[in-house]
Amino acid sequence: MVKIEQDILSKNDGYAAQNRQWLRDRGIFALNLVSSPGSGKTTLLAETIRQLGSDTLVYVVEGDQQTSNDAERIRAAGAPAIQINTGKGCHLDAHMVGQALEQLNPADDSLLLIENVGNLVCPAAFDLGEAHKVAILSVTEGEDKPLKYPDMFAAADIMLLTKIDLLRHLDFDVDVCIANARRINPKIKVLQLSSKSGDGMDLWIDWLLLEMNDAQLVKQREVARLRQQIAALEQQLQERR
Amino acid sequence: MHEMSLAEGIVQLLEDQARAQDFSRVKQVWLSIGELAGVEVEALDFCLEVVSRNTLADGARFHFVRQPGEGWCLACSQRVAVHARFDACPLCGKHQVQVTGGDEMRVSELEVE
Repeated sequence: MVKIEQDILSKNDGYAAQNRQWLRDRGIFALNLVSSPGSGKTTLLAETIRQLGSDTLVYVVEGDQQTSNDAERIRAAGAPAIQINTGKGCHLDAHMVGQALEQLNPADDSLLLIENVGNLVCPAAFDLGEAHKVAILSVTEGEDKPLKYPDMFAAADIMLLTKIDLLRHLDFDVDVCIANARRINPKIKVLQLSSKSGDGMDLWIDWLLLEMNDAQLVKQREVARLRQQIAALEQQLQERR
Repeated sequence: MHEMSLAEGIVQLLEDQARAQDFSRVKQVWLSIGELAGVEVEALDFCLEVVSRNTLADGARFHFVRQPGEGWCLACSQRVAVHARFDACPLCGKHQVQVTGGDEMRVSELEVE
């Protein structure tokens, strides 16, 4: 008999930790975007890239079972994108994302958006090394989706309620939906927006810029700390000569 | 949910352990699966049987030990039992419960030769 007590996802979590460190060292802010198919993820990404403008470097990793249609839409919006086709797989894992990062080679201080496979179940369990999981829910879906797919809403730090320009045509109750999400995850942050009408996009863009700034500061502090160490060592070396 | 990937992960973990601890066959495996881990035990068992064929765990018996779900109610400041992510607190009926345990998936013990 052998006692091992190893987490089944430990291999994935190891790769995720490597990705997280790699991103941190470069001041890159990374988000893992998860949703059902058809929630408008790719449209939202394209609009986000457009609104951030050419001053902000954005890179995109696209996960789909098949085709590179989404990566092409993102490239058309002006951001370097790489498509991962998961084939039979229903989610991205940290190893795939690590390999994609090597190929994509995002610049320091940039924004990395990982669009996961459209699926509210499996991606919940797989850490990719991102700063936050963002669950995207469109108002054409049900208010009870957070209750139907609780693992995903528990794993996400942010919920984006999209397509709000359609609310006047629908019976969707925004308050009930948010209450449902908070039943699963009392701390979830909620933003409401429409990539089509532009409503609420400013808050989303502001939040992204703020978080990117934090990621850049973490890198700068680390660089400053290392420089101090070098200076201290140089000092010691001088004293011995 | 993603039982096939998990089964593949488990077999890989067994292969890594076999190299590290120098064994060549796995006869029984005890898995600890939390009530809130989002895993269908029957589906995982089926996937394991398929994935372990022609590996060191071919024909091995897999045992599943369920761990109860556990949470912390922010309203009551107390530890409470949770059976599903959207459960209300059994004491106050509010939904400010954060899951603190029972979401793990671990390989805990092996019988090897």
